[in-house]
Amino acid sequence: MEKSSDKKDGLHLKDTELRLGLPGSESPEREDHDQNVLSLKSFVSGAKRGFSDALDGGGNWVFSGGSGGGTEGLFSPRRGGKNNGGKDLSGSDSGSVLKDGAAQKPSVVQEKKPQVAATSSHGNGNIAPASKAQVVGWPPIRSFRKNTMAAHPPKNDDGDGNAEAKLGSGCLYVKVSMDGAPYLRKVDLKIYGSYKELSSALEKMFSCFTIGQCGSHGVSSGDGLTESRLIDLLHGSEYVLTYEDKDGDWMLVGDVPWEMFTDSCKRLRIMKSTDAIGL
Amino acid sequence: VTLKGKPRFSDFNLVPENWGADIHAWLVVFAAKYPFLEELRLKRMAISDESLEFLAVSFPNFKALSLLSCDGFSTNGLAAIATHCKNLTELDIQENGIDDKGGSWLSCFPESFTSLEVLNFANLSSDINFDALERLVGRCKSMRVLKLNRSVSLEQLQRLLVNAPQLAELGTGSFSEELTFRQYVELESALSNCKNMHTLSGLWDAKGIYLPALYPVCTHLTFLNLSYAALRSDELAKLLAHCPRLKRLWVLDTVEDKGLEAVGLNCPLLEELRVFPADPFDEEIIHGVTEAGFVAVSFGCPRLHYVLYFCRQMTNAAVATIVQNCPDFTHFRLCIMNPGQPDYITNEPMDEAFGAVVKTCTKLQRLSVSGRLTDLTFEYIGRYAKNLETLSVAFAGSSDWGMQCVMGGCSKLRKLEIRDCPFGNAALLSGLEKYESMRSLWMSACNVTMNGCRLLAREMPRLNVEVMKEDGSDDSQADKVYVYRSIAGPRRDAPPSVLTL
Repeated sequence: MEKSSDKKDGLHLKDTELRLGLPGSESPEREDHDQNVLSLKSFVSGAKRGFSDALDGGGNWVFSGGSGGGTEGLFSPRRGGKNNGGKDLSGSDSGSVLKDGAAQKPSVVQEKKPQVAATSSHGNGNIAPASKAQVVGWPPIRSFRKNTMAAHPPKNDDGDGNAEAKLGSGCLYVKVSMDGAPYLRKVDLKIYGSYKELSSALEKMFSCFTIGQCGSHGVSSGDGLTESRLIDLLHGSEYVLTYEDKDGDWMLVGDVPWEMFTDSCKRLRIMKSTDAIGL
Repeated sequence: VTLKGKPRFSDFNLVPENWGADIHAWLVVFAAKYPFLEELRLKRMAISDESLEFLAVSFPNFKALSLLSCDGFSTNGLAAIATHCKNLTELDIQENGIDDKGGSWLSCFPESFTSLEVLNFANLSSDINFDALERLVGRCKSMRVLKLNRSVSLEQLQRLLVNAPQLAELGTGSFSEELTFRQYVELESALSNCKNMHTLSGLWDAKGIYLPALYPVCTHLTFLNLSYAALRSDELAKLLAHCPRLKRLWVLDTVEDKGLEAVGLNCPLLEELRVFPADPFDEEIIHGVTEAGFVAVSFGCPRLHYVLYFCRQMTNAAVATIVQNCPDFTHFRLCIMNPGQPDYITNEPMDEAFGAVVKTCTKLQRLSVSGRLTDLTFEYIGRYAKNLETLSVAFAGSSDWGMQCVMGGCSKLRKLEIRDCPFGNAALLSGLEKYESMRSLWMSACNVTMNGCRLLAREMPRLNVEVMKEDGSDDSQADKVYVYRSIAGPRRDAPPSVLTL
């Protein structure tokens, strides 16, 4: 009873296909790999100690720099005896802390500690208040990983579809109508994570109506309509899934990312494909 | 032949680029004396395209090439390998500093070539000719490892999998573009046909909504590498619910503590966990994982013995609990990303944490310490870590005594790498007798002087004591020191910036 003869798996007619993705599936644009803004490639390996000064009040940093002037005996303990906590801090290092001209911010920020201004001879005056620790080779992460993460920073869904809010904030019931069905249903879009899940749920929900329809189209219900036939019906030539968006327009389901869809969907309609021409 | 070249800290840009470890001289000798070479695995070596071309034509039976953390070559070198190595079974290019000039190298495999079993080009970013790849995969019926790069789309992945259901290890390409419903179903179906798959990686830019396509494969997975997929905790939890047999898991800290709780709940067989930072250089980030996540894993995964954990806060008590739950650690690598950070609750040094590790984990072979540490940590290490072979120390210790404890106590120590610590000549020389039984010692930004190094070199002629000086530093300072044993004397390929004393 499938209409078109060129269907192999019931999913070829573009007009009626329940498409759940961008038509043409464009892949996202790749970012420029050469963009080294965040990567540490700018760090010259010859840089000296990263921290010029106190890290925090307790200052466990020990630097020898050029301090301690004087004679440099082989065994002169620069820091006194053992277990003294090693609190000596060098003054400014000779030479710059970090070589590269890129905006280096030698001081370290710790969330609970006050900002410590760098007193290194690093002449760069552009030290922003909330500066990052820029120590060569720290944390110890391989260049490949650093460069990969810098070129493609992980997104956290905090853009328009605020994922955290979505997960917490209750439900999103929308009415679902099906052409020819005597009554409507309601679904909570929030409980689905994808078009696939929504589609399966709708199939189950409206299967009772479809059986009746089949009867009227020449397939007797006594033929043992299996679930796969129902799927074919919904994805095949009979129906299209559409929705009304915030602007009041009727749209084909599946064109936009799932999160965007749930944000803008006001109601759903399972429409006969014959009515769907022009969508 | 497996060769490892540069000191490990070269991975973190601490070693001058032209330091050495060039493969070419080796290849020349091999070609003359041992042309039967079939397998070459290189780690942290310098390799040029010329060397790769030489390799490709000099060894008629060459089968396997694996390059990890190497540099100096480009995709042209790969093209030479593809063109000439008629019997190649393995081409494994991992995390190298490679000059990616384009993807045409892949098209250099001849149409008659069918022997490839392992192909890993996840390292490369350029687009490859997909048709060439599809044909290659289609005719290499013994292929068991395939790791794609980001340029391969989900739809293309599906087409490859349909022709290679025998794959045991898969690295997907990009996992993010929009799929139609049919494409999704086909992908899921192709994956479910891969009955032998035990390792999964890639998943670049993975979108949570497509992860369910992986569920059929997840049941048999033993190694899941999500370290390039920034998943949220709920996405990871849903995925792990289908991965009961997981033994090794690598993730990004975007999964947060909640994600790690899911690890503890779903993966009782877990042996190895690596948590990488998604944003290691931004101190304003307050997400990531904390001690709570690590503790949660330890409660659920008693078999855990290998951990690499990047975090921004830790406590002594948490580590004590962790090792109590998991006493069998062989590799414990904890990186508290803010150098010298104390226990954030008690404000004490993290000495007791690592004390607990070495006291409890008697099988410990590898240890990386971090946080604020006094010499006490090293007293503990020297006293208890009797099986320790590799130790990495940064921004820690109070005086020479710390390093002396390690040199005196860790009888099995083979590799010691230290940066930015207050260890001086006394510490360096305390290991005089020991360095010949070790593979290497690295000390940078410590208190070691040139005189100290000269003394060491003089006393121990079978050690190469190499010093790398930095511009503008005090003449007497030995900024970076690398010590290793050698029966061949000083090497001749050191650049001018590296002095062998």
